Amino acid sequence: MRDIAVVSVAQSQEKALTHTTEVELMVPIINEARGAVGLTQDDIGFTCSGSSDFLAGQAFSFVHTLDAVGAVPPISESHVEMDGAWALYESWVKLQIGGIDTALVYSYGKSSPGSLRDVLSTQLDPYYLGPLWPDAFAMAALQARIMLDSGTVSEQRLAEIAVRSLNGAADNPLAVRSSADANVDSVLAEAPIADPLRPSDCAASADGGVAVVLAAGDRARELCERPAWIKGIDHRIDPHQPGVRDLTRAPSAHKAAVEAGAGNDRLDAAELAAPFTTQEHILEAELGLGSDTAVNASGGALAGHTMMAAGLMRIADAARQIHEGRANRVLGHAASGLFLQQNLVCVMEGE
Amino acid sequence: MAERLRADLVLEYPFTRTTGPVIGAFLTGLREGIVLGIRRPDGTVLCPPTEYDPETSAPLTELVEVGPGGELVSWTWVDPPRSQSPWDQPHGLGMVRLDGADTPMVHGLLVDSPDELSVGMRVTARWRSEREGHIADLEGFVPEGAGQ
Repeated sequence: MRDIAVVSVAQSQEKALTHTTEVELMVPIINEARGAVGLTQDDIGFTCSGSSDFLAGQAFSFVHTLDAVGAVPPISESHVEMDGAWALYESWVKLQIGGIDTALVYSYGKSSPGSLRDVLSTQLDPYYLGPLWPDAFAMAALQARIMLDSGTVSEQRLAEIAVRSLNGAADNPLAVRSSADANVDSVLAEAPIADPLRPSDCAASADGGVAVVLAAGDRARELCERPAWIKGIDHRIDPHQPGVRDLTRAPSAHKAAVEAGAGNDRLDAAELAAPFTTQEHILEAELGLGSDTAVNASGGALAGHTMMAAGLMRIADAARQIHEGRANRVLGHAASGLFLQQNLVCVMEGE
Repeated sequence: MAERLRADLVLEYPFTRTTGPVIGAFLTGLREGIVLGIRRPDGTVLCPPTEYDPETSAPLTELVEVGPGGELVSWTWVDPPRSQSPWDQPHGLGMVRLDGADTPMVHGLLVDSPDELSVGMRVTARWRSEREGHIADLEGFVPEGAGQ
């Protein structure tokens, strides 16, 4: 296996980018990520993006966004209709194959023009679930009640997770929901938005984008003083139908963490892309995170959930902690689908 | 600050799909006012049925009738109703394990208030009078004894 590292990250996130197109959003982000390591597009061996044409409401909309990269003269390029974390995975595979030493990965999402909790109904199977248009908060509430009833989690614990996000996000300029003063009592006092879930249990929807530069071996060492070496990366999936799964668990997250070697050593920090407090609780258990790991110091996805980019943003946040020397072993997580159906785990280390 | 521009957009996928031997049978059953599950090799019954075993991927073929009564496994309250859903009044959304099935299915709960809902309560299917082989042929579930 080749040694591959995240050498540069850049991101932007706001509550709603009403007057900004995806291209306008991505130009400065991509320029910042490449520029920070002195690269231009000519120096990039492979480019891969993650976004949703369905969310953008236009077939092949991701092709337009290539204008933010610069695709003339022609570049080697690919796209996944998934969170950008899976674009990073494809780029990692491409770098493993060899022949190139650098890759640019980016993703973005702009869900503010619609109601994301309703749009997400369209990710459900088209026969049994989709035609009922159960919104994302209601579905998460079904899981939450099962967790509460079975004693898997308590309302107190969910509120603590919400507070961790709100407080952590207070120092994160990219967060769209934060509160330095929030506490368990203030969260528990919120009226349910989808009984038993409260507003602070549900991720704050955001628009934004993220770009990451990967490099292999000595090229990474040239470009970055402290590369975030990808020591393990894996993604797994569980069945779609909610009835066939134990909703208090996410076996695919556990499997991905094991395959990525998450538990092989102490993790300084973990950034989780859980869109609900209930799912953040499940992930902590499935990924085996202990009290010596700082979980979602940024506020995590709860503080700002950019559809299609929340996972790559978590990996970027985790990698940045290594770049800045604040951590030496970190985990970035991405999720997709209903009830954490699909999970990706990326473990990174400094040298 | 300029006004937000608005334009209507109709997003559609004009494809025809074949529902196949399992989902197709389930939908045809709904049209006839019955609910079908499917038996796994270990003897348990999945409802709604899938063509393949979720753990082993083995093909599944033995359809069995389940319900119409069952037990509420989980619920939430939807108010306001979502604009594209089959329901135009505030309603419950639940997971119901039908009698004879081992897995719960998601559908609407037709009651006036969340106070009427509790995990473990008995519910039963309420059918629409005109049915076309669609998940919404089942109007939803009502508390047992409330009149179908």
